[in-house]
Amino acid sequence: MSYSYIKAVRYYLPEKVYTNEDYFRDFPEQRGNKSLKKIGVQQRSIASAEELTSDLGVQASEKLFAEFPIHKNEIDFLIFCGGERDYDFPKTSGLIQHRLGLPKRCGTIDMIDGCSGYLYGLHIAKGLIELNEFKNILLINSVTTTKDLHPKDKGSRFIFGDAAAVTLISAREEPGMGIFEFGTDGSQYDKIIRKDGGARHPLTASSYTEKEDAYGNVTSDAHLYMNGVAVFNFGLHTVPQVIQSTLVKNKISLEDVDLFIFHQANLFLIKTICSLLKIADDKVFNYMEKTGNTVSASIPIVLSEAIQSGKAKKGDKIVLCGFGVGLSWSGTLITM
Amino acid sequence: MEDFIEKIYSVIDEIEPGTLAPDSNYREVPHWSSMHALILIAMVKVDYGVTITGEDLMTHHTLQDIYNLILKRKI
Repeated sequence: MSYSYIKAVRYYLPEKVYTNEDYFRDFPEQRGNKSLKKIGVQQRSIASAEELTSDLGVQASEKLFAEFPIHKNEIDFLIFCGGERDYDFPKTSGLIQHRLGLPKRCGTIDMIDGCSGYLYGLHIAKGLIELNEFKNILLINSVTTTKDLHPKDKGSRFIFGDAAAVTLISAREEPGMGIFEFGTDGSQYDKIIRKDGGARHPLTASSYTEKEDAYGNVTSDAHLYMNGVAVFNFGLHTVPQVIQSTLVKNKISLEDVDLFIFHQANLFLIKTICSLLKIADDKVFNYMEKTGNTVSASIPIVLSEAIQSGKAKKGDKIVLCGFGVGLSWSGTLITM
Repeated sequence: MEDFIEKIYSVIDEIEPGTLAPDSNYREVPHWSSMHALILIAMVKVDYGVTITGEDLMTHHTLQDIYNLILKRKI
């Protein structure tokens, strides 16, 4: 039997960079807010109006094909995960299959998901390899969240950045992906939401009416709204349980895990979660200083940096954990 | 209560030690933002094992209010 494993990861950031200095020029009243540095972001990349998630995904994928010895003809399946699609239909993964020149026998699927989305994509890839005898799956996680932000939303504009990551999941003889933990609390759907613009609430003129929360963050129903305090408490409550459950399901102790990689929601949240779980600093790898929170692309970006820097090595056991919009969560153990 | 106030000095950089009292309104912390709410929530969770929510911070006002909430929920 063949097992699935993560063979290679690459990512692409749009050229335009929005630094903290740019941010403080837009929000001068925030200059004195020393606590912002705890979020752990120095700059983020911003997609232009013409750059779609598919474009970022193609760029990341071409980088992978240029730098890693795999031929496009060897790709059996493409999974595209992103919030924005080129068209309502057809599927964006089909457009990317054509643009990349992947073979016509390549299956394609679109997933709409946020911060938990990377692990959902990995699990689909695992199933395709271990149950359907595919050899090479491409998983693209691409986000242009900054397009959804209200220009005056000082909270979200500090946190979010745009990016695309691509992961090559391949077959080998040793297991590379463990048991997955998933969960959802749909009652909390409105904690991270763009309320208007879907079928339930089509865009109208009133969609753009500005709304201000108790902390002076401005948004509208046509833009992303995030109840940051509620999401933070959700993370503090849920993520430690996801980690514990992932460890139990994979029959491994916390001490035997080489590395933990969390969705890069906010460095302060990750540090607080690690403090609650008593995970040593050297067992956690973070990378959001130059990217911000890149939603479903954040875990593969961290993984790519961990591999490049030598922090993640062949044979290492790494726990991955995603959490966010839904609200939802996901966890698993991978073996490099 | 003194210990609680000392902990706040250690986690919120904008507050000068010696400037808080039990009846201080936390919303009057310089540049009070959602980030400060997160810092307060995290400190209470890690140091006292108690969850306080965004709604708690909206419906209460002083540090004494929050400390009383911690004592009530810790039981």
